[in-house]
Parts: sequence; structure tokens; C-alpha cells
Amino acid sequence: MKIGIPRALFFYHYYPLWESFFKDLGQEVVLSNPTNKQILKNGIEVAVDDACLPVKLFHGHVRDIAGRADVIFIPRIISIEPKKYICPKFLGLPDMIKHNLPDLPPVMDMTLNLYNTKLNILEHFFEIGKYLNKTRLEVMKAYYVSHKKFSSYKKHLRKYSVTPYEILTQKNIKTIKPDFTVLLLGHPYNLYDDFISMNLIKKLQKRNVKIITYEMLNEKKIVRGTKKLTKDMFWTLGNNILGCAYYLLENRKIDGIIHVASFGCGPDSLVGELLEHKVIRDYKIPFLYLTLDEHSGEAGFNTRLEAFIDILEGRKFSENNISSHG
Amino acid sequence: MKITFPHMGNIYIPLKSFFESLEVEVVVPPPCSKKTIELGLKYSPEFACLPLKINVGNFIEALENGADTIIMAGGVGPCRFGYYAEVQREILKDLGYEFNMVVLEPPRGHFLELFHKLLTITNKRKHTYMDIIKAGKLAWEKAMLLDELDVLACKARPREALTGQTDKCYRIAIEMIDRTKEISGIKQLRQEIKIMFDDIKTRVESNPPRIGIIGEIYTVLEPYANLNIEKQLGEMGAEVYRSIYITDWLRHNLLPSSLKPREYKMLLEMSKPYINCFIGGHGQETVAQVARLAREGFNGVIQLLPFTCMPEIVAKSVLPSASKKYSIPVMTLVLDEHAAEAGFRTRLEAFVDMINHKSEVESLDEVFTRN
Repeated sequence: MKIGIPRALFFYHYYPLWESFFKDLGQEVVLSNPTNKQILKNGIEVAVDDACLPVKLFHGHVRDIAGRADVIFIPRIISIEPKKYICPKFLGLPDMIKHNLPDLPPVMDMTLNLYNTKLNILEHFFEIGKYLNKTRLEVMKAYYVSHKKFSSYKKHLRKYSVTPYEILTQKNIKTIKPDFTVLLLGHPYNLYDDFISMNLIKKLQKRNVKIITYEMLNEKKIVRGTKKLTKDMFWTLGNNILGCAYYLLENRKIDGIIHVASFGCGPDSLVGELLEHKVIRDYKIPFLYLTLDEHSGEAGFNTRLEAFIDILEGRKFSENNISSHG
Repeated sequence: MKITFPHMGNIYIPLKSFFESLEVEVVVPPPCSKKTIELGLKYSPEFACLPLKINVGNFIEALENGADTIIMAGGVGPCRFGYYAEVQREILKDLGYEFNMVVLEPPRGHFLELFHKLLTITNKRKHTYMDIIKAGKLAWEKAMLLDELDVLACKARPREALTGQTDKCYRIAIEMIDRTKEISGIKQLRQEIKIMFDDIKTRVESNPPRIGIIGEIYTVLEPYANLNIEKQLGEMGAEVYRSIYITDWLRHNLLPSSLKPREYKMLLEMSKPYINCFIGGHGQETVAQVARLAREGFNGVIQLLPFTCMPEIVAKSVLPSASKKYSIPVMTLVLDEHAAEAGFRTRLEAFVDMINHKSEVESLDEVFTRN
């Protein structure tokens, strides 16, 4: 069976796991094309106009894959770690897709809910296996293999400090002796989509900037960062963003922060605000807040990015030239 | 210590009564106004939803009036509301206010936790659990009465002979409820209010269309945020029902799930074909309400949501299917700080006209098919 996976949203988090799992069960995996203008336009056309940019884009990718796959894999991702949610829109994503796009091939909308216990992940895969007519043993085996691959993939990200972007898009850009280290915050589906982020990662690397994303930090460090919060953050991505930022700020390992959010993103409107207040009040590090939407002009985007890098350069210059003895 | 809290419709009356019967001084923020929204807008994140902004405005105004302790509700997600207090605290701190913020989290299993927190707020030495229960009971009775009052007013408004009569009674009733200090007086008050509303002169011909208002709770309950939709619809001759009242909100937020009423679970069943799981906020209820209202013979439904509200956006995207299946007109109104009254009124008028026309056509159909 040809299983279609839209190249959007949690593709950027789970793809290595999904690919390996389905292949191990003898299925063929088809991906939608990388985002382009037409896909975005198709998405905007059918989605509710209040939805955020990534959700609209997801609609476009589903339409793109619809003709080429037997089933479309749109899991209902409620929670991927205990006591944390993703975002209400993810909870209702399969419903939104089914009602906005009535003429789709069958949709696999198995629930992934680890809110109570991490063990539920097996239930999720058993359910998929049931749909594909596989026995529990086969599913267990496939899950074991793919889980191993997934964790080594995650380890690889941490060990060599690469972004998932480089692996998923198979582009390899090396920076030799970078000038600055910038913490790039944001949801993976915004950062690693070249079209949506307007080549942000490439542009930064061209200017010889080293990028850190939260995938490069291990969980312990993120947990240590989140200790600074007065209340547990109940969104996984927001939690990772804040934990990673607080940890690195505390250890003074970064020269600046770029936060990328999409227009209409609920969690980010609060996460970004919290972070901005904190950074400005306590750490005095350049902070750039970029908002992406469906008509963001690239010229304005570039200007802001260049101005930000200029500030980093300026700070480095004055730091080296002012005597600390007064 | 002077306590304050954000506005949400009439909720300030039971809250004020609760804290005042525990001998705590209360500073009720001035009613939401243009100034409130402007203050909130200036200092809140741009893409946060409307309730957060109005809350911030409320807090600033109350702090200016001398309050020093803010009571705010919390939550555990996935809706943004659960993190409001954290962000608001940062914003107000940066503005240089000195205050103490108490966040009442919904009890995760431990019901006594909430009690304990309330005791700490209200001077532990002087009060016992019994006092809190007593104060709570009076506040609860007041909240119930307020809800009944809202239902009465919505029923009376489209039928009144003289425009404005109902609003006059409504204002008097609110004042009477606010002034009551004894739980024994509530019963009599209920009678008085009923008589007062019965006395409103009605028009002779009157079979108003019935419209249900559903959606995000804050915009449904706060008349300033929804541009007084209940009053406007009432004046256009429609009878309005809300899907959520104050007491419902208190029930959902403060009671553990095992104590929730059974109808609530049955209601959620109705949303299953459209939304299969809890999506935060009242998103799932919104969809279920459409099914319920259609079954109860309503003529139309209006969904209210603040701009960028996540759960309601999910609900909104499936509402067209529900509307089609139950053949009930559904209109969605997105509210934000720029909502202009004229355009809003035009849309409401068009909706009411459409409903009237629809029922006219349907009754004509009946006549023709019988012949």
C-alpha cells in the first residue's frame, strides 16, 4: 500500500521514525513535494481563514499527495510527552482536514496520546498495524527497529550539532570557524521549510553564523532550563523553546536569539512574549522576533535579518575595542 | 490587602460577595471600556487573544485604584488561557507595579488544595473552612440568580412593548443582587425579580425566532467584548439563548471530572462525528451545541470567538458540515479589538432577516404541500 505523508507539521519531527516503521512493515512511503507557491495557495484556498500558516500549508500538502497515495497518514497528535500538549489545532487536525477536503483517499488518523504515560506509543503503533493488517508481533518488531533508528538519529543531531534541516533535505552546509553563535528558536515545521522560512537557515549560514536549535540539546539541559519558569509550560514545543533558551542564556553560550513564529500561532504569542521580557530585562542580548505569514515579503525579511547580524558584528567589535580597565 | 480580579460578564458580583463576606477588601475594576482595551493593547503581545488584552487593561485600572492582590484562574492547557497569568504577571512587573498574584489552578484531584489556597488569601487565623463554605454558598446562589436573570431578560427583550423597559429592569435587578448580604434573602429576591419581569408590557403579536449563542466563553459572557450581542439581537426581535453561563464555567473549572453533571457527557457525545476528542477550551462543546440547539428547534446559531482562538478555529472549520447536516444556519463572528459596531450590527441584521425569511418560506411550503 502507498502511504502518503504530507511534508509539513510533524513530518519535521517524526519522519525518520515513520519512514522506517512503514518500510519495515513492507509499505511504500510517498511524500508530498517540497513546499512551493502552488501548494501554499492550494492550502490557503481550502483552510479556514483564521488558521495559522502551518495548518493552512498542511492542507496544501494533503491536496498535493492526495492523487498519489492509497491512504494519507494524518495522526491525531494529542501529546508526545507526559503532561504536555502540542496545540489545540493538532488535536483537531484530522477533523479539520476531513471536513475541509471531502474528496480524499482514506485517512489514517490514529491517536498518539502520551499525556498519561509514554507506553501509549505502542498502542498508537498497534492501531496503525491493525489498519495495515499486521500482527502485533510484526508491529513490535518494526517499532523496535524504527525506534532504534530514531534515537540514533536524535543522538546524531546532538553529537554533531546539525539541524534536522540538513538531514531531512539532505543539504550539507558546513561553516568553518563561525563568527557568531545564534540560537534559532521556533517550531521545526517553520524553521526547516525552506519556502516558508524564506531560506533563513541558508542565509544565516552564508553569513558564517553558527546555528543552535533545541534539537541539539539533550533533555536534561532543557529540563534544567525550564526550572526557571514559575509554572510548568504545557506545550511541548513552547517548553523546548523556553527551556533551551533559558539554559543557554544562563551559560552565556550565544551571541543572539532569533525567534521565528508564524502569524496566528497561539502558543508562540505567549512564549515569545515571556522570552522577550526575560531577555531584555535580565540578559541584554540581541533578540529578533520574526513573524511569518502567507504574504511576508522577502525584502523586508532580509533587511531585518541583515540589521540583526550587523548588530551582532557591532557588539563584537566594540567588545574587543573597549578596554575593560576604563 | 485589597483584592481584584478580571471582569467576565457579571462574574464580579459573586466574586465580590465571596471575598466581602470573608471580610477582605475588594477593588472591582471599572467596567470594561474603551480605555480598558487601549491600556491592554498597549502592553500585551500583539497576537495574544482578546481576553488577555482586556484582562491586562482591567488589572492596570484596578491597580491604579489601589488594589494590591490579583486573583486569576489558571489551567493546564492546551488552551492559552492556562498561561495567561504568567504572561500578565511579567507584563505588569515590567510596568513597575507592586502586587501579589494568586493563581487558582483547577484542582488535580485534591479538592482541598483550593480551599487551602483560599484560606491563605483570606487571613487564615480569622476564618475556618466553615466560613469559606458559607461565603461560597452565598456567592453560588448569587451566580445562579444572575444566570436566571440573564435568561429572563433575553426572553423579555424581543417581546417588550416599550424599547428599553427590559434593560431598566435588568439594571435594577443587578443592583438588588449585588446588595444582598444574607443567603436567606435570596429566595425572596428571586420572587421579586420574577414579578418585575412579568410586569413588563408585551406586544400582542410575538413569536420571535430563537437564536443560540455559542463559542468561546469570554466573548460569550462579556458584553463589552461581544458588543452587547444579546441586547442587539433582542432589539431586533430575536430571543437569545447562551450555551454557557457563569455557573457552568465555575462547574467546569472547579469541580473534579467525576462530579460533573451527566448531561455534560451526553452533550459531548453529540460532537463525536465532527470532533473526536477534547481540543481545549470549549471547542468540542461548541460543535455539540449546534447539534443540541438544532434538535431543540432553534432557528439559528451564532458562534463567537476572539481572533486567533485555537480551539474555536478547529470548531469553526467543522461547523459548516454540522450546519448542513442539521440544516440550521450558523454564522461565525470573530471578535478583536477593532470590532466596529456598525458593521457588526449589519451582519446581525442580515442574519436575523435571513432566519425570518427562511421560516417564512418553510411555512409557505407547508401550506402549498398540503393543498
